Amino acid sequence: MAKINAGVATSHVPAIGAAMDNGKTEDAYWKPLFAGYDYVKKWVTEQKPDVVILVYNDHASAFDLNLVPTFAIACGEEFKPADEGWGPRPVPNVQGHPQLASHIAQSVIQDDFDLTVVNTIDVDHGLTVPLSLVFGQPEAWPCKVIPIAVNVVLYPAPSGQRCYNLGKAIRKAVDSFDEDLNVQIWGTGGMSHQLQGPRAGLINKEFDNDFLDRIVDDAEALALKPHFDYLNEAGSEGIELVMWLIMRGALNDQVDVKQRFYHVPASNTAVGHLVLENK
Amino acid sequence: MTMNKPYKEIPGTIVFDADMASLGFHLNQFCMSLMKAPNRARFKEGEKAYLDEWPMSEEQKQAVIDRDYNKMMSVGGNIYFLAKIFSSDGISFQDAASTMTGMTQPEYAQMMLNGGRKPDASNTKSGE
Repeated sequence: MAKINAGVATSHVPAIGAAMDNGKTEDAYWKPLFAGYDYVKKWVTEQKPDVVILVYNDHASAFDLNLVPTFAIACGEEFKPADEGWGPRPVPNVQGHPQLASHIAQSVIQDDFDLTVVNTIDVDHGLTVPLSLVFGQPEAWPCKVIPIAVNVVLYPAPSGQRCYNLGKAIRKAVDSFDEDLNVQIWGTGGMSHQLQGPRAGLINKEFDNDFLDRIVDDAEALALKPHFDYLNEAGSEGIELVMWLIMRGALNDQVDVKQRFYHVPASNTAVGHLVLENK
Repeated sequence: MTMNKPYKEIPGTIVFDADMASLGFHLNQFCMSLMKAPNRARFKEGEKAYLDEWPMSEEQKQAVIDRDYNKMMSVGGNIYFLAKIFSSDGISFQDAASTMTGMTQPEYAQMMLNGGRKPDASNTKSGE
């Protein structure tokens, strides 16, 4: 049987990908950030996941205003890195898992989560930066990836509660897949940041650290946090954090924290990172 | 019935909701066109002529020509779409963000190194 055994949360700032692609990880600006990911790089080689369900958001790369799905699951065989305006990132193509992805889609839709099914999609930094942070710079990604894209660009994003419950439905779907697979789920985006307007540059360390605490052992209540609080306290782009709740919902109620990391700044953004294992 | 939109009262922030998306549809789709290199080249050759191919308001076109990002957002632009403009100009996200704050680029970069803009009573809306 397939089983979700662990979760990873991480920010997905594009400048982090650019720093890796341009060999700047040892620069004074970047070194402390990458040090926070040493643990997960080692951990993942021991865990050897077969499949990662990777929850991210597209940033006006694959989805423009012609089509804005609230939740989309990518069921194709292969996904290319998107050209976000300066050429695609020099990272491997992402290999999908069409059978498990289609199984999840069928299962969660019957559980009232009406995911949009996508087969052809280029994946942007929201998906490839987390892969780079965890796996480094391999010739090929060492596992299959099922992208789940969440709209957080056009307000309103789905609620925290909806995300948390979708995580639970994904967990149920994976549990009922016959093949033996070691599955992880990653939630990406955040933490506090605002990229626009006179308030650009907002960072809220108190909000972020409270979020890092509560997503571990108070997630049900955290899921009730209203959109307004994210926008007001964590910045207009801090709303991305709802995606972490999909990851958390798919894990056991009790989890072990294997790594927790927080760093400011990466460009305009506060970076947060967790590695969680089911107890 | 009127929908309650308390997020419109957050200082220094425009939330890209359905109203803004409707207002800014053509502006944002123009931005998307800059993802393609031949379009970027044509835009740089003659910005006004390229903008005139899109059913945008003159106010929107002028805001693009002026690279006034706060103005572009006030007429329906979304930051992830507008990023295609400053990427075409070879400007980083951090430098573009600084232009919206009234700070110089070095001042803004230093603020981020110091831990970012701290939330306080002047830049957040107090609880109900």
